[in-house]
Amino acid sequence: MNLDNKPLIEICDLSIGFSNLEKLVLPILRNIDLTIKAGETVGLVGESGSGKSTLALAMMGYLGNPLKVLSGSTSFRHQSTFDLSMRELEQIRGGQLALIPQNAGQALTPTQRIGRQISEALKLHSKVNDADRPARVIDLLTQVRLPDPEILVNRYPHELSGGQQQRVAIAMALAGEPNALLLDEPTTGLDVTTQAHVLELLRDLAHETGTAMVYVSHDLGAIARVCDRVVVMYAGEIVLDGSVRQVLLKPVHPYARSLLASIPKLREASLPAALDGRPPAPGDVGNGCAFAARCAMAEDRCTNERPILQITKSGERVRCHLYEKVEQLAAPGPGTAVERSPLSQAPEVLALDNVAISYTSRGLFDQILGRQPSDTPTVDDVSLVIRKGETIALVGESGSGKSTILKAIAGLIPTRNGKITYNGNELLKASIDQRDKNQLRRIQLIFQNPDDSLNPRQTVAQILAQPLRLYFGLSNQELHDRSVDILERVRLGSHYLERLPSQLSGGEKQRVAVARAFIAEPELVLCDEVTSALDVSVQAAVLELLNRLQREFGTTYIFVSHDLAVVRALADRVALLYQGRLCEIGPVADVYSLPSHPYTEVLLGAVLEPHPDSVPVLSADDIVELSPMPIGCPFQRRCPRRLGEICDTQIPPWQQVSSEHLIRCHISHSDLQKIQAEQLS
Amino acid sequence: MTAKLSVPIIKNRTQDRLFRVLSDVMARPSGAIGLSLVVFHLVLVVISPFIVPFDYREISALLMLKGPSFEHWFGNDHLGRDIFSRTLLGGREAILVTGIATPIAVLWGSFIGIFFGLVGGRIDEFSMRIVDAFLSLPWILKMLVLIVTFGTGIGVLIPTLAFFYGIPVIRIARAATHDVVARDFISAAKARGHGRISIIRHELLPNVLDTLMVEGAMRWSWMLLAFSSLSFLGFGASPPTPDWGLMIADARGFMSFAPWGVLAPVVFLSSLIIGINLTADALAKALGIDRIQKAPV
Amino acid sequence: MLSMLLRRLSLGLITVILVSIIIFTGVEFLPGDACTAFLEREAQGKLLENCRQDLNLNRPAIDRYIDWASSAMVGDLGLSVNGQQSIAELVGNRMNNSLLLAFCALLVGVPLAIFFGVITALWRDKPIDLFFSTAAIFAMTIPEFVSSTVLILVFSVWLGWLPGIVLTSANASAAEFFPEIILPVIVVAMVMTAHILRMVRTSVIDVLASDYVRMATLKGVPYWQIVFHHVLPNALLPAINVVALTIAWLLGGVVVIEVVFNYPGLGRMMIDSISDRDLPVVQAIALILATVYVSINLTADLLTMIANPRLRTLHMRK
Repeated sequence: MNLDNKPLIEICDLSIGFSNLEKLVLPILRNIDLTIKAGETVGLVGESGSGKSTLALAMMGYLGNPLKVLSGSTSFRHQSTFDLSMRELEQIRGGQLALIPQNAGQALTPTQRIGRQISEALKLHSKVNDADRPARVIDLLTQVRLPDPEILVNRYPHELSGGQQQRVAIAMALAGEPNALLLDEPTTGLDVTTQAHVLELLRDLAHETGTAMVYVSHDLGAIARVCDRVVVMYAGEIVLDGSVRQVLLKPVHPYARSLLASIPKLREASLPAALDGRPPAPGDVGNGCAFAARCAMAEDRCTNERPILQITKSGERVRCHLYEKVEQLAAPGPGTAVERSPLSQAPEVLALDNVAISYTSRGLFDQILGRQPSDTPTVDDVSLVIRKGETIALVGESGSGKSTILKAIAGLIPTRNGKITYNGNELLKASIDQRDKNQLRRIQLIFQNPDDSLNPRQTVAQILAQPLRLYFGLSNQELHDRSVDILERVRLGSHYLERLPSQLSGGEKQRVAVARAFIAEPELVLCDEVTSALDVSVQAAVLELLNRLQREFGTTYIFVSHDLAVVRALADRVALLYQGRLCEIGPVADVYSLPSHPYTEVLLGAVLEPHPDSVPVLSADDIVELSPMPIGCPFQRRCPRRLGEICDTQIPPWQQVSSEHLIRCHISHSDLQKIQAEQLS
Repeated sequence: MTAKLSVPIIKNRTQDRLFRVLSDVMARPSGAIGLSLVVFHLVLVVISPFIVPFDYREISALLMLKGPSFEHWFGNDHLGRDIFSRTLLGGREAILVTGIATPIAVLWGSFIGIFFGLVGGRIDEFSMRIVDAFLSLPWILKMLVLIVTFGTGIGVLIPTLAFFYGIPVIRIARAATHDVVARDFISAAKARGHGRISIIRHELLPNVLDTLMVEGAMRWSWMLLAFSSLSFLGFGASPPTPDWGLMIADARGFMSFAPWGVLAPVVFLSSLIIGINLTADALAKALGIDRIQKAPV
Repeated sequence: MLSMLLRRLSLGLITVILVSIIIFTGVEFLPGDACTAFLEREAQGKLLENCRQDLNLNRPAIDRYIDWASSAMVGDLGLSVNGQQSIAELVGNRMNNSLLLAFCALLVGVPLAIFFGVITALWRDKPIDLFFSTAAIFAMTIPEFVSSTVLILVFSVWLGWLPGIVLTSANASAAEFFPEIILPVIVVAMVMTAHILRMVRTSVIDVLASDYVRMATLKGVPYWQIVFHHVLPNALLPAINVVALTIAWLLGGVVVIEVVFNYPGLGRMMIDSISDRDLPVVQAIALILATVYVSINLTADLLTMIANPRLRTLHMRK
């Protein structure tokens, strides 16, 4: 690593903000002091509204439209960025200081081939001459571990998968041999396994090339893997700046502590501690500490006097009046344990019997030409029994069919085969029109994105009134009373009734969605990635809410997620899906320990814990599954433990590891246990 | 513990929203000008019969093609009639006909468009072929065929305009419906078991209404264009009705030495259409809708 | 790719067939028939009988439709109602004239529209944008007969620079239409340019706000390089469709302009034949214009497919 001690990026007292309609100046960043040396890998951590992305872009001299510099400066290699001319900025950007954007698919120009876009970067920022450029492009693509670079060079961005697009963006950034890389949430939206691979690549690149990195993210697991140093931001300020070990193992700022405590851990079957309230909006901070309103340790001094960044004995910077007290506290412990009652005696609520679901349908032309839809269904051969009061999780990556199954249970998509039985004897008809109102009432669905699942033109009162009118035929006074009651249960006051969704935060919106589901007094609630779109601390609050409501009403949950740690916190049982087929099912503790289905093993290995010593195990390649599906085991193309021809031709049998735990694999579970245990030691 | 409020309570009832949108439109210069022009013309439609100084039919051989004078502010046309009175009255039939035909067109077009947008599938695909077929014929052809056969009375003009100008609305309503239907809150309503009518009424319409309102305003302006063009060609308003299009057609031949016969109706007609367009523009911006103008249909 | 092509072609064909059915049934449903319409008050007795015999109006509708459609496909559009002229000849002439007008207007209008559309988007809200956007609104909202009349007033009557009316006969050659064609071309181009300009402007503004343009900026690509290599190829794609729609409009929708300037084009013929109740001619013109419209749309779709990499490679991804 290049330990040249000159600062590469220096930010002094930088404040950035915008003027709103009433001509008030609202700050997004307040008094940022930050120095980044050559070769350092720094993580910028914060939740939405912390200003981390704005800060990263400001380092490149870029301000989004309404923003302007209120005070201070930022410099790159001793040149004040905001004072440079456009030409000088153009030379630095993409060259010595390069950005790897958040959504590479959107950030690559759709009408240009990949090779050309990388070539453009080379032409602008490197000394490679015209003749040598094509070869250099191939080199770069190889460096980011893309297969078949000669073919890829002629492809358009939309022809690549998400992971491939991200690697191309990295290659493009490396073209100018940068001194520093800015990474703006580069793995958001990628699958768990893809994300792990891309992070390993970044980590290796940092070591090989000695490039400095500023890694902006809300994901502490990713930062733990890639960064040496962590800077925590809250409400536009830096509140903590230390080494990755210091910040992740023993944070000395109350916010950082709460943040870490709210992250669900893979090895802990407990609900992470939730943090009430939300960060102040720009301009609402007041004179004291921005975090005082939510801080458990806040004193009078905190609300009246804004703390400055102080240096602790161990060399960290922290913005807190009471940091010494925080130092005395023990490391954040596990959250609240979840009470689980024995469920094997509970009556059956839902049973899926050999369910197959297909997305393809025939258009007008196909019908005229008499063509049948392709044969392989999206989801196949799914059989599950769900018991009253339990929480069963459906886990998988994209294409696993987990959301598809939920939608089929809800009746939004028809099943192609098999049946779904409710409460032991009622058959759930495939389409909603055929189900009776009582059935519909007892099964409720909550969606992932609260921005989309609430009608933007309806007030909260109207949103809650819909199910009340439909199922109970209530009117006015009763409507109002019930709505207030349910709002109180989700910890929102009655003054929320008159609000529109656009006036609520993400967490509040999701609470309204939960309220809407529970106001129907359901028995079974289907949760489709309900916390995936939320900030980590908000996620913890929603998980706590779901758990509490389950205890109060005895509701059964089917909880779809891609996040294994969240599943660990909330669920009793978990079913893993790959390409629409079940691989493994059982109590969470059993499934997460050995023996595991090879896919489970891969998934668990790829999880990034917010711990500096945690090392992911990347056993499967990051490739995109092609259709059509192969005959035999769906995982055969990526399985690190593939036996041989038997996997290619025969569907693996179900093996019973214990009364509740089943694995679907050709390798016997005792063999799996042995091999996997060896691997760990 | 309930979360602290950092957003002030805003009234969200429909009346309040209407008021907010209106004031937003007036706040923009284009909106203010546009809306004033439209209101001016609407007021004129109502009060003009009571304020015109002369009878619009009164012919006078002495006053033929006389220029503006103290008595006749805008001069006299080729039959000696007072142009000022005729100009003030000139928009009545046009605004009446288009004012009735536009809401009908938007209503039936939206109804069909939303229906097909929701239904989807084969029926939708096939029906769109029919709509496309209709749209491929030049507008004037379609209308003239009907008008020539059935006459030029209001009883023919209104349904004809309403029918043919409702067809493009089908496409727009369908597209807007498609945009909304893909969103989760519609799936959520479906999953709860709401009936189709209820979903259209409570979930879909409030979200589609904005687009339809702006489209309605634009439809009105295009319909006015069509009506005055028809009058100009002799297929719209019939003499002696004072109509701007008709007046321009009549006065055209004398333009070289008596341009006032043409200028007055030109100014009034253009101001109304521009006013509607400016208002629609400002309305779209106030409602936050992106609009891409299509080629004239 | 081929299957998409075939699919679009067949859809187009279906539309044309549908149109022909609509036209035919539309005409059928009008009270009376071609003969009563043409002969008007004289539509009775022997005269009517003979007329109907000549035009074969006594056969059932379906037969007549098939006859008409099948001959149309090979270019035989029949005879005009007075039985004397081949419709194909009549229309052919006028069609050429309309094409001439359309071609000149396109030549002038499209480049101007694209150029100024891009300029007004790049210099958004600056004086040049305000000027051209306002001018565009005016050009779009003022009725064509108004703008034609005003232009004649200004350039022909007051300034005397250009002729205000077209006196050349319908079957003259192209060159003979100058300089009379200049004012009509200006009016047509004005309306067309305004629409295309606004659309290009919106498109460019949208693209300027996109993630990939921001990325190009942050990649250090110089401004004008971004405009030419990243913005224009994406922003002009939708322009293909709008230009296509405009061309279709140019052939049949400029009726008013043709009337004002007395230009012997297809639009004028349409009105004349409607006024004369010459229904076979009306049918023929309707069919031609509709077919042209559909073909132009088809071409536009195909061009868009070729130009847009996303559509081009759609079949390859799965």
